[in-house]
Amino acid sequence: MTARLLAGAAALLASALAAPAFAAEVNVYTTREPGLIKPLLDAYAEKTGTKVNTVFVEKGLAERVAAEGANSPADILMTVDFGNLIDLVDKGLGQKVSSSTLDGAIPAAFRDPGGQWYGLSMRTRVAYVAKEDAAAAKGLTYENLADPKWKGKVCIRSGQHPYNTSLIAAMIARDGRDATKAWLQGVKANLARKPAGGDRDGAKDIAAGTCSVAIGNSYYVGLMRSGKSGPEQQKWADAIEVVLPTFKNGGTHANVSGAAVAKNAPNKDEAVKLLEYLVSDEAQGIYAKANYEYPVKAGAPVDPILAAFGALKIDETPLVDISKNRKDAAALIDEVGFDS
Amino acid sequence: MTRGWLIAGFGAAALALAPVLGLAGLAAQGSGELWPHLWSFVLPQAAKETTTLLLGVGLVVSIVGVGTAWTVAAFRFPGRGLFEWALLLPLAMPAYVAAFAYADLLHPLGPVQSGLRWLLGFSSPREFRLPDIRSMGGCVLLLGATLYPYVYLTARATFAMQSAAVLEVPRTLGAGPLRAFFTVALPLARPAIAVGAALALMEALNDVGAAEFLGVRTLTVSVYSTWVNRSSVEGAAQIALMMLALVVALVALERWARRKQRSMSSARQGRRASPRELGPLGQALCVAICAAPVLVGFGAPALHLAGEAFARVRAFGMPPELFREAANSFAFASLATAAAVALGFAAAYAVRVCGAPARPALRAAGVGYAMPGVVVAVGLLTPLAAFDNAVDGLAREWLGVSTGLLLSGSGAALIYAYVVRFLAIPAGAIEAGLARIPTSLDDTARSLGQTPTGVAWRIHAPLAAPAIGAAALLVFVDCMKELPATLLLRPLNFETLATHVYGEAARGSYESGAVAALAIVIVGLAPVALIAKASGRAAVAHAAAGPAQAAAPEPA
Repeated sequence: MTARLLAGAAALLASALAAPAFAAEVNVYTTREPGLIKPLLDAYAEKTGTKVNTVFVEKGLAERVAAEGANSPADILMTVDFGNLIDLVDKGLGQKVSSSTLDGAIPAAFRDPGGQWYGLSMRTRVAYVAKEDAAAAKGLTYENLADPKWKGKVCIRSGQHPYNTSLIAAMIARDGRDATKAWLQGVKANLARKPAGGDRDGAKDIAAGTCSVAIGNSYYVGLMRSGKSGPEQQKWADAIEVVLPTFKNGGTHANVSGAAVAKNAPNKDEAVKLLEYLVSDEAQGIYAKANYEYPVKAGAPVDPILAAFGALKIDETPLVDISKNRKDAAALIDEVGFDS
Repeated sequence: MTRGWLIAGFGAAALALAPVLGLAGLAAQGSGELWPHLWSFVLPQAAKETTTLLLGVGLVVSIVGVGTAWTVAAFRFPGRGLFEWALLLPLAMPAYVAAFAYADLLHPLGPVQSGLRWLLGFSSPREFRLPDIRSMGGCVLLLGATLYPYVYLTARATFAMQSAAVLEVPRTLGAGPLRAFFTVALPLARPAIAVGAALALMEALNDVGAAEFLGVRTLTVSVYSTWVNRSSVEGAAQIALMMLALVVALVALERWARRKQRSMSSARQGRRASPRELGPLGQALCVAICAAPVLVGFGAPALHLAGEAFARVRAFGMPPELFREAANSFAFASLATAAAVALGFAAAYAVRVCGAPARPALRAAGVGYAMPGVVVAVGLLTPLAAFDNAVDGLAREWLGVSTGLLLSGSGAALIYAYVVRFLAIPAGAIEAGLARIPTSLDDTARSLGQTPTGVAWRIHAPLAAPAIGAAALLVFVDCMKELPATLLLRPLNFETLATHVYGEAARGSYESGAVAALAIVIVGLAPVALIAKASGRAAVAHAAAGPAQAAAPEPA
């Protein structure tokens, strides 16, 4: 009985490990949730016949690629957050790519001048506001969140989540460390509950009356409002209005997902081709439609749910400057005890 | 021959220590510049939260585990046979899955609070709400409710074997059942309870998924955040090593405190005490005591998952990749279990035949259980890659071909990580199982011409089979639930049920992972049922040893 079980397990294992032969392959290591990039990679595989292999490594992608060294099978390193992407490049894990297609499609602000990393899609850090508080939140700035009028009314996920460290790093880049620290203390004093859960929990907690304003990513609104996540979440989305906050005298904070070609990529040409596909009109349309992200390509259409948030003005603080302040942002969160 | 077992024992230890070395290598690269910040702002808070969590979970698992074990061992009540195994069900429920389920169930918009509001006549959650589950208290209750079976399992085995004669002494001296429990049964069971509680506390300490989700910042969570947010894998390795040193010291201290109790626990018993009859009120109380933990640790979250899974399947169909993921989970958990049991047996048996010289190897083999899964995984990256690249270098030099990465990013690396992470379970259980077999059997077999290996196969393995089986099943369930090491080390295009659930949870749509989460629970049920059956059989065997006494009337 045991022997038969083991034999069966071994056979299963062999079939799991055996790779079918394809004309071309490209290996993607990604910190993006698999569900978000699968539609894109499936579309590419269907179109070109290239087999796209993926592994979702949420934490430790850099360590894994660095340890694998010269023999690493990774071709593309894809991240959900530009800060992590710039880190990968700073650690020497990427390589320079020259592609007029990429340079033509991606605005200069969203790619590395040295050609080592490329932004592929965008999401904004927005405010979900309870319907009855929508009037009070008109013209909301990120700085306003520390205003005592929101006392006991603000919900947010852990300050140490990359989406929040990126926002806080942007504020350090704009307003300086001290002003940001004071702001964080103000926001902490306004929290309705301990920072926990995910962005959608903010909308859910507004629906439950726990808070009046919650900070969350733009695409979750698309996922909830469209009904793609079931009728229950549609109810949460119905409880909120989306406000696009700006920095004082600035714009709305956007986080960029992107990719780099790995330093030791065994299939570099395939990797570049895949990146070029990801900024094509078709792929940028999938980003917008399937994921409710903003395309990086100028002129690519935005999903109507997102367009309904109102006119978007992206903050112009350079991504590299924001990235430089990420460690400081993480330190500030500790210093003010934001998460505790 | 004896030397062979010694070498095998140290081999197992070396495999288990490789990630610690990898970790030390990483830690040594750090400058320590982060420490002033960590000392001022991170570690004191994290240490406080960790201590509170462990004290709380320790209290909950001890009370619930011992209480239920004593109830099913000492009293006769309707459903006792059912509860005997049902109390193990929470083992099949990963803590992170239970956390997602309870966040839904107990949310102000969820069924529990909606029902309460309806009962109490409130119309909106703004008027009435319960405290948030996303808190320290919530985390303690949740981990306690899913981890108490470790204590229940060890305590019940001990209570079941306590001899009637010992338990009758306090009763003949006029003590009531409660007093008899506290003065005799409980102190005698203390070593077993300590073992179970230690297992539960290690699991609680190394949990990241549930704690992080519930907003509790333990030391383990701070290892994560130091690595990912403070961008310092070296600092994270340093914290992890410090934690490991603390845990090892605590375990050593506990062992030292128990050093004199060995003879007590191995005292042979005569006939077993038979359960007492109770009045209707007592019976109802027993049912309530046993039903509550099963409901909280398994029933409620499993039902919620089943409901969510049903709704998902009806709306979106069966996830097409589910069966492949289940097959992956099952295959990898099976292979890792086989390897862990073999290595655990080697390490434990080395102590049996070689004595003290092999003991350090047995202790070292269990080190992975004292580390969070992700720390084991990060620690393994460097040794695995160093091995691969060395083999590759040699092959290029001597044969002119590249072997590429043999272990890194392969299924073998994943199985290796599982084995290191959970080797303590078979090593400890088999050591304990072997300790019950009198050495006179070894001597007899040896004098009849058996080699130590022959004795192992013909005498010890069959006699220790229940211990080996129980350990194998626990390892299997743990591997099925394992998440962080799987995420980091797995091959391309490889998903398990656990990574599927996590992938959905990572983008905030945990309800989409309900089907896969339910599948983890269901696959985990079979081994749990087997553990229950095996431990039930052990109890029957004990009863059979003295049928006449067992049938004897209960002393009044």
